[in-house]
Amino acid sequence: MSPARRFLRTPEAVAGAILLAALIAMALVALLFPGDPQAIAGPALLPPFQDWSLPLGTDRLGRDVLAELFHGARASLAVGLAAAAAALAIGSVVGTLAGFAGGLVDEVLMRITDAFQTVPSFLLALAFVSVVGPSLGVVVIAIALGTWPGPARIARAEVLSIRERDYVASARAIGMHPLEIAFREVLPNALPPVLAMSSVIVAAAILTEAALSFLGLGDPNRVTWGGMIAEGRAVLRTAPFLSIVPGIALVLTVLGVYLAGEGIVETTAVRRGLS
Amino acid sequence: MSLLAVSNLTRRYRRGGKTVVAVDDVSFHIEPGETLALAGPSGSGKSTIARLVLRLIEPDAGAIEFEGDDFLALRGATLRARRARLQMVFQDPLAAFNPRATVARVLDDPLRIHDIASRTERPRRIAALLERVGLAADLAPRAIHEISGGQRQRVAIARAIATSPSLIVLDEAVSALDVSVRRQILDLLLDLQRQERIAYLFISHDLGVVRAVAHRVILLDAGRIAESGDARAVIDAPQSTIGKALVAAAPRLKRTTQDAS
Ligand SMILES: Nc1ncnc2c1ncn2[C@@H]1O[C@H](COP(=O)(O)OP(=O)(O)O)[C@@H](O)[C@H]1O
Ligand SMILES: [Mg+2]
Repeated sequence: MSPARRFLRTPEAVAGAILLAALIAMALVALLFPGDPQAIAGPALLPPFQDWSLPLGTDRLGRDVLAELFHGARASLAVGLAAAAAALAIGSVVGTLAGFAGGLVDEVLMRITDAFQTVPSFLLALAFVSVVGPSLGVVVIAIALGTWPGPARIARAEVLSIRERDYVASARAIGMHPLEIAFREVLPNALPPVLAMSSVIVAAAILTEAALSFLGLGDPNRVTWGGMIAEGRAVLRTAPFLSIVPGIALVLTVLGVYLAGEGIVETTAVRRGLS
Repeated sequence: MSLLAVSNLTRRYRRGGKTVVAVDDVSFHIEPGETLALAGPSGSGKSTIARLVLRLIEPDAGAIEFEGDDFLALRGATLRARRARLQMVFQDPLAAFNPRATVARVLDDPLRIHDIASRTERPRRIAALLERVGLAADLAPRAIHEISGGQRQRVAIARAIATSPSLIVLDEAVSALDVSVRRQILDLLLDLQRQERIAYLFISHDLGVVRAVAHRVILLDAGRIAESGDARAVIDAPQSTIGKALVAAAPRLKRTTQDAS
């Protein structure tokens, strides 16, 4: 059975893929529809399902909640993917250099990794954004800063075993430059277990972004789900939907990313196990 | 002047507090175009010598002179450039190639690294190398894991000869192959040696194969040289205890020597 077919036969994976597809569709559609999330669209605090031109109602300022939700999907997805990609890239490069070079380089790089891992990643992100100032790019870097040590450790462990393989000796024997060996021969083969972490990392990055936005440390020029929940907090008793709607979106997104990611890892792992 | 002269080579490994002397004061030399076999039981230090000669690991003591230069003194880019002259073929050709590689890529690497051919010229050189080792040129785009073990070992030999080396270290290079394929690979190696005057450091635990291909043989026992000399003379009439044990343990060989007498 091909991995794609096996993926489709796993109900959790399919559910995750559907959730993820819906999220991506929302993020893409947000460019055209349903309009500017910052614009006043109607009366303030309109409950959902009252007016079909504003199906999810409006917030305290009369902004369209559906529009906010769609634009929030863009921010969540963009930040989640970018931060995870940055963390995986930094982690694989640092882990590969440490594991492949060994000795002093390994020692220094792993001490730095330790230092980053000791600080709780959310505090690190919080401190970084507070100092540098909130913008989408800064939030991405802030999340990546606290996340890369995990992938770095896994990459290093994998590289330590790969560097003893014959094909690495063979690459040295033909006179290949050590950096080329590290990044062309070793790193790509060390990636599978690192990439297997990506669903968890993307999900965590989306949550961290929401938490930062909730604390008012998100990009102020963008609508984010965390920001929406924070906004809704002030009217939690009278208009709980303002917090509940983005909250549900967040939960479904994290669940979708996680399930789809696990599905991919599982189906490709089985394939590797068979061959 | 010898092509390769190894003197008093020693290499120790520390394992769990105690020290193993994997290679103990070993000296030998190889002449251009010659096949020197290293034989000995498993764990006698054959692969360690191969790795030392290739500078994949460093010795604790001793000297290696290759093509007239102090090989152990070479560093960095100078060492990498000199590696073109000294190549290796491993026992397991599947393990010796990057699992993601294609045939074309593993042959492209040495040509690119040592600037042997321009980018546009390389596909033709790769095709020629494949033909040189008896493979079809259209094997180039195939993944390494898709081709047979015998084909893979031919690709490994093609990669080794790509840089026109004067010495190839073959560490159990035919041991994993079945008998008929082994015969063909040995013929290919002998053919290459006749035409290009390549010397081989031929590592094997199979004295039958050693007797058939090597000019001289060194028998190793626990990292030390137990016996050495003309391959046929040593194998037909071993003097050392390890030599006698190895000959006794090689059934095919016993028959041929009995037939001869
Ligand atoms: N990387 C290593 N670490 C520790 N001991 C090793 C290592 N490589 C080889 N040895 C030891 O050195 C000795 C010689 O091994 P090797 O050269 O592989 O022998 P052979 O190739 O003749 O079977 C053995 O005792 C082996 O256990
Ligand atoms: Mg060996």
